[in-house]
Amino acid sequence: MLNFLGQRILQLIPTLFFVSLLIFSLQHLLPGDPALVMAGEERDPAVIEQIRQQYKLDQPIPIQYAYWVKGVLSGDLGESLRIKVPVLQLIAQKLPVTMQVASMAIVIAFLIGIPAGIISAVKKGTAWDYGANLFALWGISTPNFWLGIMLIFLFSVELGWLPASGYVPLSENWRASLASTIMPAFVLGNAIAAILMRHTRNAMLQVLESDYVRTARAKGLSERSVILKHAMRNALTPVITLGALELGTLLSGAVLTEQIFSIPGFGKLIVDAVFNRDYAVVQGVVLTTATIYITLNLIADIAYVLVNPRLRA
Amino acid sequence: MTDAALGAIKLANADELESPARRALRRLFKRKGAVVGLVVIAVFILLAVFAPLISPYEPTATSWSLVRKPPSTLHWFGTDDLGRDILARIIYGARASLLAGAISVGIALSIGVPLGLLSGYRGGWIDALISRMTDAMLACPFLILAIALAAFLGPSLGNAMIAIGISATPIFVRLTRGQVMSVKVEDYVEAARAMGNPRWRIALFHILPNIMPALLVQATLSAAAAIIAEAALSFLGLGQQPPAPSWGSMLNAAQRFLTNAPWMAVWPGLAIFLVVLSFNLVGDGLRDALDPRER
Repeated sequence: MLNFLGQRILQLIPTLFFVSLLIFSLQHLLPGDPALVMAGEERDPAVIEQIRQQYKLDQPIPIQYAYWVKGVLSGDLGESLRIKVPVLQLIAQKLPVTMQVASMAIVIAFLIGIPAGIISAVKKGTAWDYGANLFALWGISTPNFWLGIMLIFLFSVELGWLPASGYVPLSENWRASLASTIMPAFVLGNAIAAILMRHTRNAMLQVLESDYVRTARAKGLSERSVILKHAMRNALTPVITLGALELGTLLSGAVLTEQIFSIPGFGKLIVDAVFNRDYAVVQGVVLTTATIYITLNLIADIAYVLVNPRLRA
Repeated sequence: MTDAALGAIKLANADELESPARRALRRLFKRKGAVVGLVVIAVFILLAVFAPLISPYEPTATSWSLVRKPPSTLHWFGTDDLGRDILARIIYGARASLLAGAISVGIALSIGVPLGLLSGYRGGWIDALISRMTDAMLACPFLILAIALAAFLGPSLGNAMIAIGISATPIFVRLTRGQVMSVKVEDYVEAARAMGNPRWRIALFHILPNIMPALLVQATLSAAAAIIAEAALSFLGLGQQPPAPSWGSMLNAAQRFLTNAPWMAVWPGLAIFLVVLSFNLVGDGLRDALDPRER
């Protein structure tokens, strides 16, 4: 296990190096003089000089990269050009908001996706199966920003049940907080529920054909006990680890969902930064997302080995 | 031997004589979902190509007397906040969406497949280098990477397609590499090598044709993802620039008028949904039709 862990962490080093290279090189995609483009409307030579200093743009590219990495490693992701706040501080402010919506989305996804996948596999070829597959197709094909707009139209404009936009922190008023986040959480959870449903269905179908399930049935166990105690437990292990990897979908989805529902989270931060040409924030958000994704990937791998005794040797 | 048995032998021979592509097509056309998907995609392609002939109005023609009019016999889908005909904008908007699907996937294929072939076939340090670069790109969620690239490249439909194409590339590198790894140990590749074929020839003429089915399925599903991504980037103002029509930017404008002009949000969303659903249906159908286990 320690060997596996060591190998897995060693593999991360080159990946993280390339992630840093990728994110650093983004600023060199800017057409023309990066300092001028970053300054935007601002033509004050002092501001342009400050940008040049901040990004070490007067130095050769490898030196610029070395400075940037040095900053990142010491927790300095730069400063927002517009609001003059350290990028790390901005991210630390916004991340908990996204995490609240994301955790609600994951709960919704598991509550819909897993039962739908199990029913679809157990009742293969029936109307239930077709219904669940249609749901999955719908979930995968619906653009989440359209679903968000349609939910606002139905539940806020027509029925007046939920607020159309805005965010109330959990600590302030939990009811209002849930009301302000339930629609975005559903929009995010819907797409992941569809993916989880497909994974669960495939895993269950495979397990239901295995010898130990046949043995359990031959012993005369009730179908309910065979499915819930024997099949489901084994089928769900890979599904749960795969579910952890859907974080990428979740964070991608958060960008548009937070924009539509005006939720001041991580996703809205990157969109606002793009509009304000606040490139340090864009880089910081991408770097944080990639780091979270890589860490979760590692945890999922370790969890998979831990719960699967055959891989532990 | 009975007649039934003879019939079975004849059928088996007929199946063997059929070319793999023809067999896949026959199986694809047996799947209702895939056929519906193909028809819908064909309709949208026709709409995009013949937009000037089909569209009832100019997509950019504004009229202050027609601002936010609900659907009627004159304007089937209603009009938008500048009095433009929504149906005309949906028809012309199909161009941006389908073009984004095709070009982005084209970019991803033309970078991803050669890199995947090189990585899987050569192995060694080249494989390690390409694989780690792929891991790094996969660590950045698809849409976030596309938004970041589009933001740095500058807002335009062309740059959005490049950004989406680059963001979709690592999936093709990984898929091609995996497929090459499993195919390169097959006897026919071994035989081609024994005959003295150069490496590039083996990769291009012996390995590539055999991994095409998997690439075709992924390309179809990636086209669906690219269309959603283009709509998302245009929604954020990073794709097609106004006044040129795009389904994503139409949805953005619609959001401000949900209370008094909800039809503005219904049609572009429905168009994106239909096209993406169709690509997904065809992708799923192709996956089943090309699966050798399902003969």
